[in-house]
Amino acid sequence: MIQPAAPELITVNVDGKEVAVPKGTNMIEAALRVGVDVPHYCYHSKLTVVGNCRMCLVETGMPAVDPATKAPVMDPATGKQKVNWSPRPAIACATNAAPGLHVRTTTPMVKDCREGVMEFLLINHPLDCPICDQAGECKLQEQSAGYGRGYSRFIENKNVKPKRTLLGPRVMLDDERCILCSRCIRFSKEIAKDDVLGFTDRGSYSTLSCYPGKKLENNYSLNTVDICPVGALTSTDFRFKMRVWFLKQTNSIDTESSVGANTVVWSREGTVYRVTPRQNDDVNDTWMSDSGRLLYKDIRSASRLDAVRVNAAESALDFAVAAAAELISKGGVAVVGSGRSSVEEQFLTRKLAQAAKAEAHLVARLGEGDKILISADRNPNVRGALVTGLISTLPSAGLASLGAQIDSGAVKTVISIGEDLVAAGLTPEQLASVSVVFIGTHAGQTSAAAKVVIPSLSVFEKHGTFINQQFRIQRFAKAVPAPAGATDDLVILSRIILASGGPALGSDVGGLWATIAAEVPALATMAYGNIPDTGLLVDASSWSALEFAEGQTLHFKPAAKEAARA
Amino acid sequence: MPAPEQHRLIFRHIDEPGYTNDLACYQRGGGYEVLKKAVLRKPEELMDEVKKSGLRGRGGAGFPCGVKWSLVDRKSGKPIYLVVNADESEPGTFKDRYIMHQDPHQLIEGIMISCFANKVACAYIYIRGEFPEGAKILEKAIAEARAANFVGPNIVGSGYGCEIYVHRGAGAYICGEETGLIESLEGKRPYPRIKPPYFPAVLGLYQCPTIVNNVETLCHVKHITDMGGEAYSKIGTPGNTGTRILCVSGHVQRPGYYEFEVGKCTMGQLLNEVCGGPLPGRTFKAVIPGGSSAKVLKFGERYKGKRKVGADMVDYDWGVEDIPMDFDSLAMIGSMGGSGGVIVMDDSVSMVEALGNINAFYSHESCGQCTPCREGSLWMKKITTRMVHGTARPEDGALLKSVADQIAGRTICAFGEACAWPTQSFIAKFGDEFKGYAQAKAAPRPEGTPELV
Amino acid sequence: MNLKPETLRQIDEVITHYPVKRSASLPLLHLVQEDQGYVSQEAIEWIAAKLELQPINVYELVTFYPMFRQKPIGRRHIKVCRTLSCAIMGGYRTCTEFQKQFNTHLGEVSPDGEVTVEFVECLASCGTAPIVMIDDELHQKVDAAKARELSNKIKAEAAR
Repeated sequence: MIQPAAPELITVNVDGKEVAVPKGTNMIEAALRVGVDVPHYCYHSKLTVVGNCRMCLVETGMPAVDPATKAPVMDPATGKQKVNWSPRPAIACATNAAPGLHVRTTTPMVKDCREGVMEFLLINHPLDCPICDQAGECKLQEQSAGYGRGYSRFIENKNVKPKRTLLGPRVMLDDERCILCSRCIRFSKEIAKDDVLGFTDRGSYSTLSCYPGKKLENNYSLNTVDICPVGALTSTDFRFKMRVWFLKQTNSIDTESSVGANTVVWSREGTVYRVTPRQNDDVNDTWMSDSGRLLYKDIRSASRLDAVRVNAAESALDFAVAAAAELISKGGVAVVGSGRSSVEEQFLTRKLAQAAKAEAHLVARLGEGDKILISADRNPNVRGALVTGLISTLPSAGLASLGAQIDSGAVKTVISIGEDLVAAGLTPEQLASVSVVFIGTHAGQTSAAAKVVIPSLSVFEKHGTFINQQFRIQRFAKAVPAPAGATDDLVILSRIILASGGPALGSDVGGLWATIAAEVPALATMAYGNIPDTGLLVDASSWSALEFAEGQTLHFKPAAKEAARA
Repeated sequence: MPAPEQHRLIFRHIDEPGYTNDLACYQRGGGYEVLKKAVLRKPEELMDEVKKSGLRGRGGAGFPCGVKWSLVDRKSGKPIYLVVNADESEPGTFKDRYIMHQDPHQLIEGIMISCFANKVACAYIYIRGEFPEGAKILEKAIAEARAANFVGPNIVGSGYGCEIYVHRGAGAYICGEETGLIESLEGKRPYPRIKPPYFPAVLGLYQCPTIVNNVETLCHVKHITDMGGEAYSKIGTPGNTGTRILCVSGHVQRPGYYEFEVGKCTMGQLLNEVCGGPLPGRTFKAVIPGGSSAKVLKFGERYKGKRKVGADMVDYDWGVEDIPMDFDSLAMIGSMGGSGGVIVMDDSVSMVEALGNINAFYSHESCGQCTPCREGSLWMKKITTRMVHGTARPEDGALLKSVADQIAGRTICAFGEACAWPTQSFIAKFGDEFKGYAQAKAAPRPEGTPELV
Repeated sequence: MNLKPETLRQIDEVITHYPVKRSASLPLLHLVQEDQGYVSQEAIEWIAAKLELQPINVYELVTFYPMFRQKPIGRRHIKVCRTLSCAIMGGYRTCTEFQKQFNTHLGEVSPDGEVTVEFVECLASCGTAPIVMIDDELHQKVDAAKARELSNKIKAEAAR
C-alpha cells in the first residue's frame, strides 16, 4: 500500500489541551480530536465553509510576543507564555489551525454566544417537535438541551412560510423549520452539480425553494435530507414511518455499483425502514445515491422466492441439494457466478465449480457511470470474483461462450447464483435446453425454468464482504433476519459442494475466512474480524493489466485507463 | 466660538452657478491636469503620497486609505481591481450623490489616479440602484473621458490603460458592505463574505486582490496627488486629516451638506450656527452623528475623560455641542464619525418611535445570511412595532437591549453592529422613555407630530 | 420574450464589461425590466440562459433586490422614502397622501392603473426630506401639499 506524504502538522491548544493537526484543519475538526464538541449547524466537513449559523463561535487567542523584540511574553503567574485573547469571538469553522493558536470553548462568552444563537434560531421556529420527523436526530433539539433558555421571551407573531412543499419526488420541505444554513444548496451545487435550490426573499423572510417549475429530483436528492440539521427537509419515503430512536443501525454496503458506498441500514423488528450513507472519506464521503437507498424495498417484493422447489414442486433444502448434486454428477456443468455475490460466496462458487468440474462464468453488468457514486460497473463485486479466483478475466457481455457451449451440447446443466440467464444474454431456447439450478432471491425467467430452486438471502440478511473498484474490501452485516423459506447462500453452496464430492467448508463467514485467507493470496494477511469499518485496500497488482469499465467517480480515478492514455 | 469657514475641497463646485457636469466645464477648471502629471510619476510615489496624507476612508469605517492600499496582494500575479463604493446607503448620508451628479469627472480623475497608483487595469463603480440619473451621468462622463483619452488604453500617451465600468445596484443596503458589494458585482446575492479568509485585498472580486474605496475618498486622492500628501496632512487635525463633508438632516433650520476641515468644527457649531439651530419653538433632543447605525447622542449628557492633545493627555468634559466632528473624538465618546450623516431629532420625536423606524430599516435590509442579524434585527423591529401599534410593556426596553447584545460582535459583517448600536444606545440613553412609553403613547400628541413607524 | 433591438444591443454590450458573465446579472435584470416593465419568469429563464446560469441563480436575485418586480406596476411608480430623516420630516404623511390621491394601497396598482405607490428605504437625499422618486425623477421636500400637486400632474397627464 502506498502511503500519502505525511501532512505538515501544526500544534494548537483547545481548552488547555495541545493537539497537532494537519495544516488547513479548521478548529471544529481540531477540537474534535481532543474530544471537544463545538456545536454547529451550517458547517459540514464535505462542503464549503460559509459560517452563517454562528453557533460555533469560540474565543481565540495567540501567544503574546513583545512587538519590538518578538520575544515571548511570559505570564509570571503560570510561568507559561501569555495568550492574547481576542475580545471578539470567532467562528471555529472558518478558523484554521495556526501555530500556537489557542481556542476556548467553555467560557461564559462562548456559552452566551451559543445561547443567543439558539434563542434566535427558535423564535421563528414552529417548535412542532411532536409531529416532526427529525425528532431524535435534530440538532436544534440536541443543542437546546445544552444552550436553550427553557422558556421563550418572544411574544411576537412568528414568520409564516410555506409548509409541506414537495421539492421533488423524494424530498419534502417545511420552510418554517428551515434555519437557512444552506447545506442543501451547497450540496446540490457542489456535489450533485444540480443547482436547483436557492434562497428567495431576504432577511428573516428568506425562504429555501426550488426554482418554480424545476424539481430537486437528481439521484442524490436524499442527501439533502441527511445533512439538513433540522426537520426542514424530510424523506417522503421515510416520513412518519418510524421514530428514529426505535431503529437499529447496521453497517452495510450499497450494492448498486462497484463504488461500494458505505451505508447504514435502519431496521426494527426485522423490517428495514431506511438506508443512509455512512461516512467513508476514501469512498463516498458522507453521500450515497437515492437509488441505492431504495434497494431495501426488494426485501419484501412480491417476487421474492420463499420456497425451495424441485421440478416445480415445493420441496425441502435437503432434497434440493441432493437434486442439484444429482445433476452435477451427470457432468456437462457450467456455473454462472455473480458479481453481486459476496467475496465469501464467490469463493464457494469457485469451489463449487471445481467440485463440479465446471467452467465458471460471471455476468457482466455495465451501465453509464454518473461520475459521482455510481460507476459504470453495476456489479458491486467483480473484483471479489477476480481476487477469489472465480474468474481470471473480466466478464464478457451476454454469456456468449456459455451460449455456444449449450448449443454444442457440451453444457447440460447450469448452476446460476442468483443471475437471470435470459436477462444475462442466453436465449429462452438455450435456457430451455439445459437443466438449471437456481440459487437466488427473486423469481424470474430462470427460476421459472429451473429444475432446482433454492431461495437465498439479500445483502440485508447476511454477513459478508465486497471488493469495490478501488480493490477495497468492505464488510456488510446482517440487518434483518432471513425470511421464512430462504437459506444463507454460504450454507446452500457448501452443502452442494459437499454433496458433489467437494471438501467440507465452513458455512459461516467467520469459519470460512480461515480457508479464504489460506487459499487466496491477496487476502492472506486479513481476517474477517479485522477489516475496519472503512475497509482495507487489497494488493491489486495482479490485476493491473485489466481494462476495467469504470470511469472517474468520487475518490476514484481509473488507473489502467489513465496509464493507457499516458 | 464662531464656526470656522467651510473648506470646500471636494464640494468646491457643487451648486456653483454655471458649473455643469460635462468634460469641457471640468477641464476649464483645470480638470485632469492632476492625472496628466500623475501618470508621469512612479505609482509607488503616488501610493506614498496617499500614505503620507493620512487620508481615512469616508465610507464609514474611517480606515486609513494608504494602509488599505498597502495590504493589497501584489505578488499573486492576478489582476488587481478597484471597486468604487458608490452605494451611499447609510441613512442620513447624501454626499456622494452630489459628487456624482454634479462633478462626476472629479471622481473619474480620482479613480484613474488611484488605479494608476495601484496598477489597476479595470475599475467598477458600484452605484446604488436608486441613482438612475447618477448612473447615466457617470456613463456619459466616462465616455467623454474615454474620448479625451483620460480613460481606456494608453491614457494621455503614458502607456498605462484602465477601463471604468458603471454597475448599478438594485436597492440593498448590504451592498455598501465591501464583500457584499463584491458578491453583488459577481452577480450573486450580496451575502458578505467571511473574513478570514476572504479579505478583499487578497481574495476580492473574482478571487483577485481588490480595493474597495468610497466615492469621496477617491476624490480626496485627486487632491492629495495635486497638493502632495504632506500638504494635505496639514489640513484638518492630526490623525483626522483633510476635509470632510457633513450631511445634516432632520430637525434643523438649514439641513444640507457642509465641508469642513476634519475636527475643526464642533457639533454645536455645525447645528446651531451652520445649520441655524432647532426649528422654531423646538429644542434639540438627540443627534445621530455618523449615519443611522452610529450610536445616538443625547443633548444634555456629558462626556468626560482624558484625550491626547499633542504629546499630552488632557481632561475633557464635553456636552454634545462641544464634540469636534472627527473620527477619533466621536469614537472616544462612544459613537462614530461613520459616513458623515448627521441626523438631528428635536423634542417632538419619541425615541421609541425613532428606534422603531430605524429597526424597520435594518430588519428590511438584513441580508439574512447569518443568524444573529437575520433573526435579531426582525425581532427588534417586531418589538418596537408592537410597542408603537400594540401593547408596550415596561420591560420591552431591557428585552430590546438584550436582543441587541446578542447580535453585535457575532455576525459575519459589520451589519450586526449597525443594527445593534441604535438599539443599544437608544436604550442606554433614553431608557426611561421606553419604560414609560405606554403612558406617553396614551397622552395627546401635539398637532403635526410625524408618524415614524 | 420580445426585447427591443436597442435593449438587446445594450445587453450584448454590457456582458463584455465583465470577465465573468454572471456579473452581468444585475445589469441584464435592469435592462429587461426597463424594456418589459417587470421581470417575468420567462425573463428570468432568458437571462439565465444568456449568462449560462441556472434559473435559480437569477431568481435568487430578483427576490432579493427590492427594485426588481415580478408583476407589472402602474404607469408611474411613486416611491416614498420611509427612513428616519424623511419620516421625522413627515414622510409617512406624504405617503398616505399619495395613496389617498390615487385611492390605492402600498404596493398595489391604483384602480385607474395610473400609479403604484411604494414605501422604500433611504434614497440618500436626506437633507431635502421628505424625498419621493417618481420613476427615475427625484422630488425633494415633498410634504402633503406637494404630494397633492404631483398627484394632480400625474392625473392631468393621464387625462391627456
